[in-house]
Amino acid sequence: MSQPFYVAPEQMMKDRADFARKGIARGRALVAVRYTDGIVIVAENASETLRKVSEIYDRIAFAGVGKYNEFDQLRVAGVRAADLKGFQYSRDDVDARSLANSYAQMLGTIFTHEMKPMEVEILVAEVGLEPAGDQMFHILYDGTVVDERDYAAIGGDAESISARLADTWTDGLDRTAAIELGRNALAGADREIPVEDLEVADLSRANGRRCFQRLDRAELG
Amino acid sequence: MPLFSTGDDPGSSFPELLRRVGLQPPTISGTSTDLMRELGVPHATTCVAVRYVDGVVMAGDRRATAGNLISHRSMEKVVEADRHSGVAIAGAAGPAMEMIRLFQLQLEHYEKVEGSALSLEGKANQLSMMVRGNLQAAMMGMVVVPIFGGYDLRRGCGRLWDYDATGGRYEERDYVATGSGSLHAGTVVKVGFRPDLGRDDAVDLAARALWEAADADSATGGPDALRGIYPVVATIDVDGWSRLDDDDLAARYERIVAEVRSR
Repeated sequence: MSQPFYVAPEQMMKDRADFARKGIARGRALVAVRYTDGIVIVAENASETLRKVSEIYDRIAFAGVGKYNEFDQLRVAGVRAADLKGFQYSRDDVDARSLANSYAQMLGTIFTHEMKPMEVEILVAEVGLEPAGDQMFHILYDGTVVDERDYAAIGGDAESISARLADTWTDGLDRTAAIELGRNALAGADREIPVEDLEVADLSRANGRRCFQRLDRAELG
Repeated sequence: MPLFSTGDDPGSSFPELLRRVGLQPPTISGTSTDLMRELGVPHATTCVAVRYVDGVVMAGDRRATAGNLISHRSMEKVVEADRHSGVAIAGAAGPAMEMIRLFQLQLEHYEKVEGSALSLEGKANQLSMMVRGNLQAAMMGMVVVPIFGGYDLRRGCGRLWDYDATGGRYEERDYVATGSGSLHAGTVVKVGFRPDLGRDDAVDLAARALWEAADADSATGGPDALRGIYPVVATIDVDGWSRLDDDDLAARYERIVAEVRSR
């Protein structure tokens, strides 16, 4: 019987991380921007049917980049976890932080135990009853959780998009300004993203119980 | 966080998901009808639904009774199922409210998982299965008989269904009434119904039907001006569910009172 080759754990983790990062970098990015009434999520997505941004619960939205089938699987798992928790306890007990932790556990386990890590990065956003309660969690392919306050960028080229957001974001934006800011940050200085390639969703305190709302391309102008 | 393998996925069904994770509430079974009666479980009573040109009106009184006593005065038996549909429930209050909650959750769960809402027929079928699931309890006297109404976005009209205790599902053309006062309420609607009824007239008709039911049936509550409790009346049209506020209903009942007095 042949012995399997020894691979140092450092090398194995690095290979996996590189593999996941490469997969994510191929896809297009998305940003979430906090404004006075909630959070808008702006994604670069040419498809009108295969969504990157969707509703998880009353005040919680999900956004994913990378491999579609993988982040869609995570999205459905999130909807299930949230609906089950709301059924078992109450609607008020469903929150983004515990959801983000569950995602992190799951992605972490898959990263170390499975043949192949998930080639995804996800964002869980929750809009609070007051602006101070707004939260965003950015979860990486290996289960690392980062909490963001005012804006977040995930996907390919996220670092330079984040830098652009840091330069332009200010407190007290309205929704239209927040969408425009997100769109410009995604595009960068030397290109413009056409409306047909945008997917925009709003998580607004003004929407009643279910805060999540998709914005039509016609509404974006 | 629940994860399932491809062949074993519960799909977009919330009740099936509950079964998989072991959170399904236990079914009521194994007790005698007499014992159930002794438990004094509150029963919810009269609801009516009427179709009008732009949609449907659903209305229900607010009383729940346990035997000959009034157990609740402000129960809400007509509730929004989702944006374009509503349920009205008569029967044992506990199982009925649990059924409504599960039904609302199922519609929302489906919509989120699939990315689009169920068709109106699909919703009516879902409710049918839930009523069927309650059959064991129904045989012990805990009958739940809902009315389901909504606006069919594909066909552009309001539609109504009623159910029997076995989950039998019957689409009604014009109107339907359920619960202990349904005979009186149904008759009022039957006499006053016209196919060209507008929203306002349909609401008046439903309000009048509940008034007459409360007048003749002790288990149906009338408008309670003293406590400011009025029936729940809601309309569902292309723009979705909208519940009438109490001031509007108070004015309508004042008109009914004036009319009855002047006879």
